[in-house]
Amino acid sequence: MTFINYASKEINCKIVYYGPGLGGKTTNLSYIYNKTAPEAKGKMISLATETDRTLFFDFLPLDLGTIRGFTTRFHLYTVPGQVFYDASRKLILKGVDGVVFVADSQSERMEANIESVRNLEQNLVEHGFDLSTIPYALQFNKRDLPEILPSDEMYRILNYKREPTFEAVATEGIGVFDTLKSVAKQILIELRKK
Amino acid sequence: MISSSAHLVLHEDDHRLFGESLRRLRQDANAKAVFLIDKNGQQIAAAGEIEQFDTMSLASLTAGNVAATDGLAKLVGEREFSVLFHEGEQDHIHISIVAQRGILVVIFDDRSSLGLVRLRVKRANAELEKIFESMLQKGQGGGTGERTSPFSEITDEDIDALFT
Repeated sequence: MTFINYASKEINCKIVYYGPGLGGKTTNLSYIYNKTAPEAKGKMISLATETDRTLFFDFLPLDLGTIRGFTTRFHLYTVPGQVFYDASRKLILKGVDGVVFVADSQSERMEANIESVRNLEQNLVEHGFDLSTIPYALQFNKRDLPEILPSDEMYRILNYKREPTFEAVATEGIGVFDTLKSVAKQILIELRKK
Repeated sequence: MISSSAHLVLHEDDHRLFGESLRRLRQDANAKAVFLIDKNGQQIAAAGEIEQFDTMSLASLTAGNVAATDGLAKLVGEREFSVLFHEGEQDHIHISIVAQRGILVVIFDDRSSLGLVRLRVKRANAELEKIFESMLQKGQGGGTGERTSPFSEITDEDIDALFT
């Protein structure tokens, strides 16, 4: 749900990074945070456990610049990926404008990827959204690890609606900004339609 | 009820009304700062000593807090817990729901009291609710209002320019 503020001339959009536990959602946000100029970003908040697993969410506000005189700000959130945090995960999707699915490329994590896409689909429905229409990008993360599935095979299994798909190594930043740009563009195009 | 996918649109006149109402509340409650936040974590208006707070983080964390509390309410069969209170050593935070869509945050210290804040928040609530309703109605009107959306004419070049 985009927030258009005519008083402060701002557009605020919400992007949620979704995916299985330890897939690299927080790493995506951390990389974006580290590579963004201080004036274009706010504080990154991580509500994590003592072992650095996301407990509730990570949050990073990002200014992308102005469009038609309006400051365009994206609020990036991650969800906790672990299966048993579903109640919290659902809350983060409230008011979402676009979703990035961070899939783990390791073959042993394919079941977890599949389960997480299903979970995303269901949780979106509970908020009145539809994965087939919402701005969406798919990221195959951890391409640098051994024992990974080929991208075309991952695409065949995880692709939902021919969404834009990116190979990534989030720890090194490969594919991170391309994925973000893709979903941000889709959101702005949706804004134009409405 | 507005649909979950509809945009929230805040025009200058409503922003001014919210601002006036929050300034009054801050003064009457003797509070340090008062914020009005959308349930999705966007700040709508604020008054008081706001420069000492990271307002964006405050909005996001408050919305997360309220969302989690809403979840708890449903678990025990309540529609919502409409008031949250966090007591610190010096500063305290009073959080309440306005018009089902907004969150009113009052930050105060020992120059005020919980009783006074509760009383003033109750009074301010009715006023804020009216402004909220007017804002949501205008938002639902969308393109039918007197103002056409500036975003209907966004070009691909405008969008690409953001990423260069």
